[in-house]
Amino acid sequence: MSTTIERPKTQPLFKTDDLSRRGLLKSASTAGTALLIGFNFSTAATAQTSENDKPAEKPKAPVSPFESWVRIDETGQVTLLSGRSEMGQGISTALPMVLAEELGVDWRGIKVAQAPNDARLFGNQGTGGSGSVAESFTPLRQAGAAARLMLVSAAARRWSVDPSACSVKNGVVSAGGRSATYADLVADAAKLPVPDLKKVPLKKPEDFEIIGKESIQRKDIPSKTDGSARFGIDVRLPGMVYAMVERCPTFGGRVASFDATKAKAIPGVIDVFEIPAIEDIHSWGGVAVVANSTYTAMQARKALKIEWNSGPHAAESSESIRKEFRRLVDSPMKVVVNQGDAEAAISSAPQEYKVEADYELPFQAHATMEPMNCTVHVRKDGVEVWAPAQGPELTQGTVAQVCGVPVDKVKVNTTLMGGGFGRRYQADFGVEAAQIAKRIPHPVQLVWSREDDMTHDFYRPASYHRLSGAVDSQGNILAWKHKSTSTPISEWWDKAGTPESSELGLSFQNPYMTKNYRLEYLPTASGVPRAWWRSVEASSIGFVMESYIDELAHAAGADPYEFRLRQLGRARKVPHGVEKNEAPVDTDRMRGVLELAAQKAGWGSALPQGRARGIACHYSFHSYTANVAEVSVEKGQVRVHRIVTAVDIGVPVHPDGIRAQVESAIVYGLTAAMKSQITIKNGAAVEANFNRFTTLRMDETPEMEVHIVPSILPPTGIGEPALPVVAPAVFNAVFALTGKRVRRLPVMATDLA
Amino acid sequence: MPVTFELNGRSTTVDVSPETPLLWVLRDTLNLTGTKYGCGIAACGACTVHIDGEAARSCVYPISSVSAKRVTTIEGLSMDRSHPVQEAWIEAQAPQCGYCQSGQIMTAVAFLKKTPSPTPQQVDAAMSDNICRCGTAQRIRKAVLHASELMQAQGGAR
Repeated sequence: MSTTIERPKTQPLFKTDDLSRRGLLKSASTAGTALLIGFNFSTAATAQTSENDKPAEKPKAPVSPFESWVRIDETGQVTLLSGRSEMGQGISTALPMVLAEELGVDWRGIKVAQAPNDARLFGNQGTGGSGSVAESFTPLRQAGAAARLMLVSAAARRWSVDPSACSVKNGVVSAGGRSATYADLVADAAKLPVPDLKKVPLKKPEDFEIIGKESIQRKDIPSKTDGSARFGIDVRLPGMVYAMVERCPTFGGRVASFDATKAKAIPGVIDVFEIPAIEDIHSWGGVAVVANSTYTAMQARKALKIEWNSGPHAAESSESIRKEFRRLVDSPMKVVVNQGDAEAAISSAPQEYKVEADYELPFQAHATMEPMNCTVHVRKDGVEVWAPAQGPELTQGTVAQVCGVPVDKVKVNTTLMGGGFGRRYQADFGVEAAQIAKRIPHPVQLVWSREDDMTHDFYRPASYHRLSGAVDSQGNILAWKHKSTSTPISEWWDKAGTPESSELGLSFQNPYMTKNYRLEYLPTASGVPRAWWRSVEASSIGFVMESYIDELAHAAGADPYEFRLRQLGRARKVPHGVEKNEAPVDTDRMRGVLELAAQKAGWGSALPQGRARGIACHYSFHSYTANVAEVSVEKGQVRVHRIVTAVDIGVPVHPDGIRAQVESAIVYGLTAAMKSQITIKNGAAVEANFNRFTTLRMDETPEMEVHIVPSILPPTGIGEPALPVVAPAVFNAVFALTGKRVRRLPVMATDLA
Repeated sequence: MPVTFELNGRSTTVDVSPETPLLWVLRDTLNLTGTKYGCGIAACGACTVHIDGEAARSCVYPISSVSAKRVTTIEGLSMDRSHPVQEAWIEAQAPQCGYCQSGQIMTAVAFLKKTPSPTPQQVDAAMSDNICRCGTAQRIRKAVLHASELMQAQGGAR
């Protein structure tokens, strides 16, 4: 069995069967007349109005990849259909805030509903790349403004006044003592032509009343304090049964044979059978156990006797990968970016001005608190899926293929997710659930144990970096050479792309000035699965670049903060070294976050004995972040006391949500810097549960302070960009305190003893 | 063998194999899904409930040992999110994904019962065995301290 999967981050993955757009409009419109504004996140905005009993106008483009819809019904209820999923990042609050700002309603009254998974109408529904607010901001505002314009026009006509005489507040249009609610006006408004969304006048940022407002409480939080929030693993359906899968511990291994006699003898076990691997989505296959409870399935699984073909990677280990890393950086590599002549400049520099350093980062697991799971019911009339998935349309397409039904016969209900961090982009857990469910005449909930989740993750790649360079006698960067290798993501998910495209991040557009810059890369072959992990390659590249610039600062005898400012230089736009379409890095915005973080942290001011500060800044997902960390070291143990972060992410939509995301990224980053890693032995992951994959505890969590640069630029993402600056700020502080450089993560007590 | 215990104030009887962890009885047999599975080895705290008023890890607590005991789950904490710890949690905007929060809240409630006026260091020590991958510890710390104030104002622990 084979499926063809493209990289989830790019485009809708599966061709949908022809689905009547009109049908969708009708089904979305349950009663009476409604105003519907459809818009497209990715290209030109378009709009439609419709009455429920009339066919919808044909969209201007033959196939409009609508991603979200705004609907106002005759009761005045505003519904926002969103393809994006809530995984704790707060979009069920931020998106209605943006819509309400232009529409002129109370944001709390807006209902957020899951959009149907139809790639043609709603486009890529993937939730990731820190893009949910950034990509929705302008289209949502345009839709809100257009709807408001139409509602105001309807009122103005009714009262024979000029629209400019009308004002709007909380869903009520008023003019000259008369007023009408949106509910009153919807029927008339829906008959008016939809204005060109791209030309609809939008509010000036200084007039924002909801966007950027403090003390907005997230909508999803109350249900997360009383157990009523339902995650994927909490789906309970009549007649539902439970399943677990025993997978080969070795990456790429397969079932050779199995004996289920003992497992089947356990009361409550319904069936045991093999499910095949599906190579293209890296679904492992294994032996499935179906039972009347999760616990029974777990026990029966333990009773299985399985012989494995351990596959081609059984000899792989962290040490073998490391050996290959070092062999490659010792060899000539592919030159990716080459400006000036870094090698000649380095060799001509005096020894005391040169800095050479190797940095290493391990595989990391996502370790979402809710392990992977998915519930599937295969019925005669179609397939229904309940998936905690960041990529529901990927789940839809792959489940359709597994079940041999057309895509439009698969309905995916996206559930709340107990963490995502990139792991839930994959379709493997959904596919396994479908493979099992198609043989069972009941709804089936597949649950991964924590051990399954941790040992069959798609890990953040391991990488190795050799940096060499020099400063000149004026204390500026003379040359910077970066040789890098990793187990690249692209090899698993984007074979058409170059291997380095997924790995080098900001080193493609180093914002620090040097005439001589050289970037080299070669991939390291590995059977260890990997994919997108919170902040992706920036999680590694941020550590490498911001540690190295610190090393150069010390070589220049300069203050690390002053050195960064000087090397960023005058306001410049730094282009990508390879991809000409990538946005340039704005060194002025980088300077802005550095200055804000330094100022708020009291950079340069006295600290208690035994403490030191470190600084780092980075650019990822079009956002700028800087950190100042304050640390102490006792008996080799690093203690982070305080982290002050500054972010420039354009217009801050939901400031407290932004702070929460930054705090979250800091803790996630500190865990990866100081605690966790996945090591490989005999072709398998060693750390399988939270006893060995340890995470930052509350008593180790620093005081965190987040500052947001005021901005009227379009918003950019914040789920990920605060992570890359965590490790370098901490270990730059450790160096300032101890003179010891941590170049291999996570830090070990022996590194600093 | 049937096991009878008090669950959120109501007498409950289940008939499952005696070694079945309380967690799975709650989730699969009784459909009380507020208590979460996180690790299965008492390492993360997502499954924390109260047994006779003490915080316990339901993922390793066999149902046979629950016989005749009082079990409180997140669903039984209050009818209307009115427990001071729940109020403080909302006020602090603590949860993100929310998955670990039932266990965090149950741990905090049991802790505050014993330590009504904790220092921040005591809060840290009490809450440190509950894992949150969203990194909500700073807000949880604040929420626990605030809940303590609310409970004092309301005349002591509940």
